[in-house]
Amino acid sequence: MNIYQEEILEHYRHPHNTGQLEHADVVQQEYNPFCGDKLTLYLTFVDNKVAEVRFMGEGCAISQAATSMLTDKIAGMTRKQIQQLTKEDVLQLLGIELGPTRLKCALLSLQGIHHAIQQAPTPTSKDVTA
Amino acid sequence: MERILTKKIQQDFPLLQRGVAYLDNASTTQKPQAVLDAMNAYYTECCANVHRGIYAISEDASARFEAVRDQVQQFIGAGHREEIIFTSGTTASLNMIARMLGATCSAGDEIILTEMEHHANLIPWQIVARERGLKLQFLRAREDGEIYAEDLQALCTPRTKIFALTHLSNASGYRTPLAELTRLAHEQHLLVVVDAAQSVPHIPINVAELDIDFLTFSAHKMCGPTGVGVLYGKKALLERLEPAFGGGHMIAHVTLEGSTWAELPMKLEPGTPNIAGIIGFGAALTYLSQIGMQAIEQHIHQLHTDALKKLTALPGIRILGPKDHSTITGILSFAVNGIHPHDIASVLDNEGVAVRAGHHCAQPLMTAWGVSATTRASFYFYNTEEDVNRFIAAIQKTQQLFLP
Repeated sequence: MNIYQEEILEHYRHPHNTGQLEHADVVQQEYNPFCGDKLTLYLTFVDNKVAEVRFMGEGCAISQAATSMLTDKIAGMTRKQIQQLTKEDVLQLLGIELGPTRLKCALLSLQGIHHAIQQAPTPTSKDVTA
Repeated sequence: MERILTKKIQQDFPLLQRGVAYLDNASTTQKPQAVLDAMNAYYTECCANVHRGIYAISEDASARFEAVRDQVQQFIGAGHREEIIFTSGTTASLNMIARMLGATCSAGDEIILTEMEHHANLIPWQIVARERGLKLQFLRAREDGEIYAEDLQALCTPRTKIFALTHLSNASGYRTPLAELTRLAHEQHLLVVVDAAQSVPHIPINVAELDIDFLTFSAHKMCGPTGVGVLYGKKALLERLEPAFGGGHMIAHVTLEGSTWAELPMKLEPGTPNIAGIIGFGAALTYLSQIGMQAIEQHIHQLHTDALKKLTALPGIRILGPKDHSTITGILSFAVNGIHPHDIASVLDNEGVAVRAGHHCAQPLMTAWGVSATTRASFYFYNTEEDVNRFIAAIQKTQQLFLP
């Protein structure tokens, strides 16, 4: 199967949600030791939901497209909804099947987003600090 | 172009019948049927432990096993058969020698490595250095990507004890000036440890002529099975070293309080070895010797030259490693402008061409090159001009797909 479908190439060439957020609540760095790819995610939360998300990083078409699509998807989602996202959700977004090696590329951003929400301020703690 | 070796040779390799253009030989090589048969023959004709049984099949197994030691001795030009120590691979050999030599060093002693080592010739020394308070120094490549003996001299201090280096970089194919470096290291009274995992499969090597103290390599990169490696060491040096690992077979006399060691090579080969694998390795050495290492080196050189010429004729290609391409052999590590190595390898895979994409277990070198990964094509004697052409066509296809 050719994994380089037009939609994936389009996201790779023109990824959504790239850049940094200076006022981010969470900055999460992920690293894929297998290929050396690095990804930094920036998120802000309002009312326990993702308000803004941006990413920076280099990677292959699969990892870049997956990150682009996944960051589109999580905008407005609650922490709980994000926690429930699985590998299958990412593959569904990409619309392809992947072998075990390339799966790591596809799942780097999901891993990063899961790590990020663990650090996200809860509404209570934000109320307290505010 | 004249070919020393022809496509016919591929018939000896069951996997190559599947039609893949296999260009990941620096990672591991394919196995000829003769190697598989030799291993199978051990299991079906004389499956017994070696050096133990007072019965015919064990003696048969021991004879087949020990014959491979003689073959290895001849293959690398070692002076004595007991200088050949069987291990599970280059990584195990390097860990073992790092541990054994590290034990002879005192806190503050220095070890020189190059910046282009495979992690297998870096991490073991880092571990030993941390444990024993030793200092690691690094011989770096100059602007032109090459290593110079004068720079080694400049790094040496009265505390420098060991110089460990690769003979042929797995990440770039750069062949280090080993003879010159060894000569200089010996003038400085250093012991020289060579990671020859990439060179022994490709180039005729004579350890006695090169005067190398320790040499390590793996069977699986030269048509042998995985799980077999060699540590060569000069006899007088190996005799002085304390074993890094203990167990059965390596002892002379044992009490509950302490033990004495067996003679070489047993002293450094505790436990049951990879008998079938080592016998298979013997068949691989026979196979390579029949073709001839000079013919192998020449064929790989021709393919490499051809591939380099065709690849650099494409737009947006950057060859990584030394600027003088005559110093690289067997391996092409490259970047394609605007396309990630993983994507290149994936498209090539779709086209039936197997290459490696990644950091090639040489992250410090990737950092020096300013990349996170490269694509690497590596050749062996069974590759053909047709494989090279398929590889080039697949790169062009990748560029068409990604660069509209």
